Amino acid sequence: MKSSSPLKWFGSREGLYYLALAFLLAVILPLVLDPFRLNMVGKYLTYAFVAIGLVMCWGKAGILSLGQGVFFGLGGYCMAMFLKLEASTPEATAIQSTPGIPDFMDWNQLTELPWFWEPFHSFSFTLIAVIGVPVLLAFVIGFAMFTRRVGGVYFAIITQAIAAILTILIIGQQGYTGGVNGITDLQTLKGWDIRTDEARTALYFVCVGMLFLCLFVARLVQNRKLGRILVAMNAQEMRVRFSGYDVAAFKIFVFCLAAAFAGIGGAMFTLIVGFMSPSFIGIVASIEMVIFCALGGRLSILGAVYGALLVNAAKSGFSESFPELWPFAMGALFIGVVLAFPNGLAGLYRSYVMPLEDRLFKRGKAEAQTSAEPVATTASAEKTDDYDPMINTYSPEKS
Amino acid sequence: MFDGYTSSELMSIFAMQGFAGLSLFSVFVLMAMGLAIIFGQMGVINMAHGEFMILGAYTTYLTSSFFQSYLPGLFGGYFFFAIILAFLICAALGALVEWLMIRHLYHRPLDTLLATWGLSLIMQQAYRSIFGAREVGVDLPEWMMGAFQVTDLVELPINGLFVMIIALSIAVAVYLLMYRSGWGKNVRAVVQNRPMAEAVGINSAGIDRATFALGCGIAGIAGAAFTMIGSTGPSSGQAYIVDTFLVVVFGGAQSLIGTIISAFGISQAQSTMEFFLSGSMAKVLTLLVVVGILMLRPEGLMALKVRR
Amino acid sequence: MSAAKSKGTDFLLAVEGLTVSFDGFKAVDDLSFYLDPKEIRVIIGPNGAGKTTVLDLICGKTKATAGSIKFAGKELTKLKEHQIVHSGVGRKFQTPSVFEDLTVFENLEVSYPQGHSVMGALAFKRDRAVVEAVEEVAETIFLTDALNEPAASLSHGQKQWLEIGMLLIQKPDLLMLDEPVAGMSVAERKKTAELLRVITRDHTVLVIEHDMQFVGDIADRVTVMHQGKVLSEGSIEHVKSDPKVIEVYLGH
Repeated sequence: MKSSSPLKWFGSREGLYYLALAFLLAVILPLVLDPFRLNMVGKYLTYAFVAIGLVMCWGKAGILSLGQGVFFGLGGYCMAMFLKLEASTPEATAIQSTPGIPDFMDWNQLTELPWFWEPFHSFSFTLIAVIGVPVLLAFVIGFAMFTRRVGGVYFAIITQAIAAILTILIIGQQGYTGGVNGITDLQTLKGWDIRTDEARTALYFVCVGMLFLCLFVARLVQNRKLGRILVAMNAQEMRVRFSGYDVAAFKIFVFCLAAAFAGIGGAMFTLIVGFMSPSFIGIVASIEMVIFCALGGRLSILGAVYGALLVNAAKSGFSESFPELWPFAMGALFIGVVLAFPNGLAGLYRSYVMPLEDRLFKRGKAEAQTSAEPVATTASAEKTDDYDPMINTYSPEKS
Repeated sequence: MFDGYTSSELMSIFAMQGFAGLSLFSVFVLMAMGLAIIFGQMGVINMAHGEFMILGAYTTYLTSSFFQSYLPGLFGGYFFFAIILAFLICAALGALVEWLMIRHLYHRPLDTLLATWGLSLIMQQAYRSIFGAREVGVDLPEWMMGAFQVTDLVELPINGLFVMIIALSIAVAVYLLMYRSGWGKNVRAVVQNRPMAEAVGINSAGIDRATFALGCGIAGIAGAAFTMIGSTGPSSGQAYIVDTFLVVVFGGAQSLIGTIISAFGISQAQSTMEFFLSGSMAKVLTLLVVVGILMLRPEGLMALKVRR
Repeated sequence: MSAAKSKGTDFLLAVEGLTVSFDGFKAVDDLSFYLDPKEIRVIIGPNGAGKTTVLDLICGKTKATAGSIKFAGKELTKLKEHQIVHSGVGRKFQTPSVFEDLTVFENLEVSYPQGHSVMGALAFKRDRAVVEAVEEVAETIFLTDALNEPAASLSHGQKQWLEIGMLLIQKPDLLMLDEPVAGMSVAERKKTAELLRVITRDHTVLVIEHDMQFVGDIADRVTVMHQGKVLSEGSIEHVKSDPKVIEVYLGH
């Protein structure tokens, strides 16, 4: 196949993009930012986990979930429950009427720890639950909806309703969940104080590491046949089904994958920010997560990271100086991304920056072309990376 | 949960809560009808629907202030004027939004959802800048205050009854418009087969714009009615949007009757449970049941079985 | 026909008493017909006769209200679409539905019957066997030179062939084609007839077609449908001279 060598070169360019992001996150930002700002960037990055999941789920497979905050929140609450229990030793809570339970339970006249809190004494259980609980819920929702062929707008609305339900439930059940304030005053992780500058910087690097782990999982999925099926399913669901694929299973998988990413992001959020509350779960928070993904470019997993960073940085910037303007900017962002730049930053990069790069790398391309390879290489599988013609699947005007 | 109530007390509770539910039902019906028209006929999800409703509410608020200051003699009738004004303003804004935004997004329902969400953020913030973050209320005209005393324990407030009458009249009007008028026939023709409808000379772009405007206009009426039973704040609309979507989906998107039945069921369930449970748990339970049923029966209550 | 009913196992496909109703309207009404292995059967009939619905029912796109569809002794009405595909039934749709953004090669590769589970698709590698199968099918469907072209750049006729190729690579026992030559040029029609003849050497084929010239070219037997029922069945000559058929086609 004559195109296999330029593809290989594509692959190496793709590698450079990943390196650039790694360099930015792991070297430049830690060098130029003070610990407080770095901690904020860490917080933004936790949203990037959700955005990567949305790229897979919405961008690739066309399943728009407006309830990703649910999975983010569940992951976050699992971690927060563990940390809260660690902070609520009988010694530390000796002044309560029931020592040894979290303070908000005591305030709400609970006299013993609810059963579902018990397992969160164990750190290993917590780590499993951070991924397991969101994935389990995603599986139940996905199974119920996708096997009955519910998709599109209906799915979006149902997931939004679930976000609403969970928020109301958490706020309403104050004694069990900490209510509207959430689970606060988290102090140590296995005896390690997470509130110090050093700890926060360390957690930032853990977050970056986890993010790249998720990026590579997402990249693996998109570059395999699995990723191609997801995109194909979005465009021609019927044909995929009658090519012998169980479409529902693929949708459930990608929805669970997105939930797992969101859960990890939520747990990292709790660690980095030091609390978790229902305001990160609800309808508004959930739909904002979609814009992170849309701004970055709904088909680009790297774009999702930049999208999450930029939107959240802008939000902090506006909120500090012109809080009343932020909703206008956010609203305009939603409308603009949908109407004018459906492929987001990645799309702009592809149309305006990549041609420049092409000129720069021209010589390299010519060299690469001389070493042609036969058809049967896995190199051509790498074609389906961030920067390939599959971007064209986003072509809604087709009827 | 019925412990400690006598049967006659229970009956009264059900009657009172049932009536409280009917007010909620009226708001649901009015909001859901606009949504259902837009979603059912055009496949467009309008996330800013709640904000259109609030626009209607603010219009009513301004009208009532105007009458209070300049035409106090006619204050008793301001509401009828406000309701028409709310409809017109919302419909006009709806047509504008359709022209600027929605028409570029047909066939991309998920994108419309996001774009209209953006619109809702902008509208909310605009309200906040113009009217302030505090909720505002209108003064009811004399004749709307008070209540009918049905039994010793049961009394029905007049404003609630009035809102219900508005909701039902609008429902009838919409039914007549959609199923008994030539224009409604054109709308349905466009829904069923757009190219064919165009081929027989129906201006489908015009139909789209008018349908969207109509849906928004009805939201405006909903907002006007809303002021009769509650106060209005910049984000009051958002509080209803999820419930109303569920009402529409639960009823079966294309069915007007289904929408009304599901609005009735959901509002009654919620307000009855509210008396026995905390408000938030009543809402959680209602939403959970609705979502659960939708998972088992995704086509909604009243969907036609059609060839797909 | 009643004699044939006695044993379902001789047939590759036995459709019996098949009925589906949409809100009371019976699109297919108590329909029965049988396909022998390696047979080419063409279903004809006026618009709205229920032809496409029959294919929808066999491939599982539509669920039957009543009746049975036995394929190689296996009941299909209870299976899901992908399970029906795995039992050896391939379906081509009326309008070409190929993956426009994938190349011809990738289109065929996606249809290759391997790695169809989620984990299978994650582990799938393009090995020699896949490449050979793709190249072989590409040759059959006249698209060898277009293997690296995106499917979007193909002509309408080529897309139809590609979709047929996507079925062939699944190695089905039964191929169902819905109007395979609709919208094709005369030259393309000829080539398609040639393609079908190659295919039928080792497949059973069920075709819906309007073009009587084309039907005469390829059919072993013809089933005429009218208002969801079988109106007539037999050779093309038999069917053409059947007064009931003539009445339906010319009567109103």
